[in-house]
Formats: sequence, C-alpha cells, structure tokens
Amino acid sequence: MKLHELTIHEACGLLNKRDISSQELTRAVLDRIESVEKKVEAYITIDAETAVKQAELADKEISKGNILPLSGIPLSVKDLICTKGLRTTCASRILDNFTPQYDAFVIKKLKKAGAVIVGKTNMDEFAMGSSTENSAVKTTRNPWDLTCIPGGSSGGSAAAVAADMCLGSLGSDTGGSIRQPASHCGVVGMKPTYGRVSRFGLIAFASSLDQIGPLAKDVLDCAMLMNVIAGYDPADSTSVPEAVPDYTSFSNKGLSGTTIGIPKEYNETKGLDPEVSGAVKNAVKVVEALGAKCIEITLPHTKYAVAAYYVIAPSEASSNLARYDGVKYGFRDKEKNSLIDMYRSTRTKGFGAEVQRRIILGTYSLSAGYYDAYYKKASQVRTLIMEDFKNVFKSCDLILSPVTPTPAFKIGDKVDDPLTMYLSDIFTISANLAGIPGISVPCGFSSAGLPIGLQLMGRHFEEKKILTAAYNFEQATDFHKKKPEI
Amino acid sequence: MKITKDEVVYTADLARLDLDEKSINRLAEQIGDILEYVDTLNSVDTEGITPTSHAVFLSNAFREDEVKESIGADKALANAPEKEDGNFIVPKVINS
Repeated sequence: MKLHELTIHEACGLLNKRDISSQELTRAVLDRIESVEKKVEAYITIDAETAVKQAELADKEISKGNILPLSGIPLSVKDLICTKGLRTTCASRILDNFTPQYDAFVIKKLKKAGAVIVGKTNMDEFAMGSSTENSAVKTTRNPWDLTCIPGGSSGGSAAAVAADMCLGSLGSDTGGSIRQPASHCGVVGMKPTYGRVSRFGLIAFASSLDQIGPLAKDVLDCAMLMNVIAGYDPADSTSVPEAVPDYTSFSNKGLSGTTIGIPKEYNETKGLDPEVSGAVKNAVKVVEALGAKCIEITLPHTKYAVAAYYVIAPSEASSNLARYDGVKYGFRDKEKNSLIDMYRSTRTKGFGAEVQRRIILGTYSLSAGYYDAYYKKASQVRTLIMEDFKNVFKSCDLILSPVTPTPAFKIGDKVDDPLTMYLSDIFTISANLAGIPGISVPCGFSSAGLPIGLQLMGRHFEEKKILTAAYNFEQATDFHKKKPEI
Repeated sequence: MKITKDEVVYTADLARLDLDEKSINRLAEQIGDILEYVDTLNSVDTEGITPTSHAVFLSNAFREDEVKESIGADKALANAPEKEDGNFIVPKVINS
C-alpha cells in the first residue's frame, strides 16, 4: 500500500486505529510531491516544515484519543485562500510577496478539524482562466497527459489530487473553476450553493459568483470536506444561516424516487465532443439502472449564460481589483515619483494579460453610456437564467449534463483566443449565475485516455442530494479507481 | 469594430493601466470580439425584468454595532511596500 494513494476516508480509518501515523502519511505525500512536482507543477508554495509540525501535533492528539474529522490528513489549498503566515499569491506578480495576517474561515475550519496543510496550489492569475496558463508562476500539467492542460482555474488543486500529491484540496469556482479542472483530471469537485461556505479570506474575483469548494479523490471524501467547510460565518455578509446536514450520511441504496432532468439544449451545443456526449449518455443509462427517472427538460436561456457571465464577472472583477494600487500590500513600482504614475505602473507591471483584459472589459461595461447596454442587460438575463432553473426544479430533483464540451486540450492551443477559451465554460457557468450547487464526478475516458466528467446540479442548499446521486453513480462504476501514470 | 482604440485607451485610463501600441491593438480586437458575442444578449426580451445582483435571497445582514478585536496597526501594515511610524507611505501628492 502506498500511503499517498489513500483516500481521506481510508487514511482516517488507518490513523484512528493507529495503523499509520500522520507523520508517515504526511512524509509520504511530501515525498510524492518531490518526485512528481517537476512534471506536474501543481504547487506554488510547499510548506513541508509546518506540515510536519502539524502532523506531529495531530499524532499527539490522536494518541490521546482526541480524534477530529480530518485529524492528520494532508491537504492542499488553492493559492487565493488566505493562510496566516503562509505566502498567498493568487498566481499574480502583484501579490508575489503577500503574506496574510489571518486565516480564511475555511482554513480555520480545516485547522480546527485537525488537517495538515502541505502547500498552496497553482491557478490562473486571480482565478481568471480555464487552463492555469494565465498563472504568472507556471503552467500546471494534466497528470493523465503532461502535454495537456489540467483545466482551471483550480488546475493546481485538481492535478495535485489526481497525482496523489495531497489527499484532498480546496479550490474556488466562479464560472466552473472547480468542476472543469476536476473533470479534466478525473477527480471529484464540488461547487456549493452560493452562501453555503464563507468567502471570508478568499481573495475576491467576482463576489456574487465566487464560492469555495472541495476537490477530492472520491465522493465520500468530497462530502467529508464539505462537512468541515460548510456553515454560517457572520464575517461574510452573504453567508447564509442555514443548518448544515451531515453530508456523508447518504444512502447507497440506489436512486429510485429521484427525478433527473437532462437539458435538451446541452445536446445541441456546438463543439460538443462525441466522446464526451457518449460518456454522458452512458451515465444516463447508469442512473436509470440505479432507479432514477430521467426526463427531458428545457433551459431556454442557457445559451446566453456565457455572454451574461463575461459582462458580470469582469465588471465585478474590475471593481474588486481596484484595491491593488501598490499602497497597502503587494508589489509597488518604486521608480515612479507621482502617486498616479505609481498606481498605473504598479498595476500595469503587476497584472498579467488576461487580468488586464478583464479589468478593461469590466470597466467598459460599467462606464457611463454602456452600463444599461451591458451590465444591466446581463443582470436581467441572469434573472431569466435563474427562473429557468426554478421552473425545471419543479419537475426534477437534479440536472445532469456534461461538465466541459471536450476533454482536456493541449497546452498552448487556446492561449491566443480568449473567446474560445471562455466558451469551454458553457456547461458550468449558469450554476454560478443562479447560485446553485454542482458537482463533477468521473464518468469515462476519451480514446486518448483523458478523463471525462459528469455534472450534477441541484436546488439551492441541496448538496446532499447531489452527493447522494454522485455516490451511487460512483459505486456503480469504476472510473474513480483508475490512476494516471506519471 | 465594437470598440475603438480610443475607447480602449480611455477605459484603460479609468482603470489606471498603461497600454503600449501593441496591447491597444490587440485589446481592441479581442474585446471587440467578446463584445460582439455579448451582443447576442440583445435578442433576449428583458422588458420589465428585474436585474439580479446576488443569486441567493438574503435581506440585509445587520449586526450589533460593537467594538471587537481587530488585527491592529502592526499587522495591517505588515505587507505595506513602504511604511513609516504606523503609516503607509505614498509618493508625494501635493507640491509645497
């Protein structure tokens, strides 16, 4: 048995019986990172020293019988979630030297649950991208094929989980940034309901869309992480005071009584790869065999989701990123002698091309004369997209669809064509606009051996229903058991 | 072209970004393409539709106005590129 290959629930069992120690497990994960990081490039910062200390502490607590939900489990965290004393860069030059003075809510929760944090994972700069190619640090590679992108923006987290360089990870999802890389790397990734997980300490991209969520080796691990990070936080005014169920107590007795809607629009999507659509059609057969009733539904405004998103998200980003001015934290161009010149030079040198593109697009959409035509119009279409979901959820419990139109593409393939890159988010974006939860769970492989994911979405705060369906699907298939050879 | 080079320059100025000639040309083209795509929204009838700015209904999140512990000046200044005597230092704004 290779310790780094364990799932969280397997490792918890062994740790709690004291068959293994957290120090052994953490060292195994750190060794694994050392042996494959040069190929995968999943991490921006590795904090072996603190991780080993946290593992020692976890072992002490376990020996006293003080066993917590994630005692001694080595995890990674996307590099836009603040970790006290541990550099947090957003994969941007402008935050290259930023060391948070406090822990994000979810980090406090992980630490309180006994977890060990081994490092911070790579991402597209400020979470803007679908491939990690927009990282100012490096491009992460897909563990299943090192010439392909891992997806993004939480590509480092997904690759690290797939390559056994941690047992699980936290990412963030603004338009698909957890589900899309999870799909491309063959792992499980969940975007919770907006407001389910506190955003306190999450560096903001688009505040009405951002949500933190887990990436994991299987559905049970994903549910275990959800148990720890979900919950109300008065420090986030958009956090919702809704009771947190035990996400892991799902039934494994099939899906009879569950109605699953399949949007007819998704099958009509231009550019949908036949292998992806084939894998999703097989998944429909599997859920039907498990007892679910599948019906055709219609989400007529779904085709406008990408257009609405690329007005709303850049608009919010242009406002959120106004704070990077070289005064309070981060990079400053010290050669400029006037305040305005310093701002301009700092921001121009500090932000990468995609971030600048979105700041300008967002500023333009919000500027005088264009606000009604772009931002207001997009926000109205957002209402219609939400109403579509409200309507279909009257007749079904879950929605089933692909996660991405194609398997992972080659590094460099779409880098010069932002619009094509944006269209790869077509199946995931509407969940963010509507604030509903969604998951990506492995459902097949392409002929080239690249993973394909299945998306399940549900009503607000019905993560458990999604996890239950995903768990039953996973138990009926064995896609999650395959590992990449690196 | 959906957006002119002058508009790109003007918008970049609002966002406090300096663009060279090459970036201006590239951005005018790329943002033009994106805006053209965004124009598909115009085929949706949104007459009388209330815009949504947050997806989950929440009324105002009020709390008691109480003094609580904060991180303090030292920590707030810890990441400052330049600081002195508990202040952030910026380039001179007013000529004496």
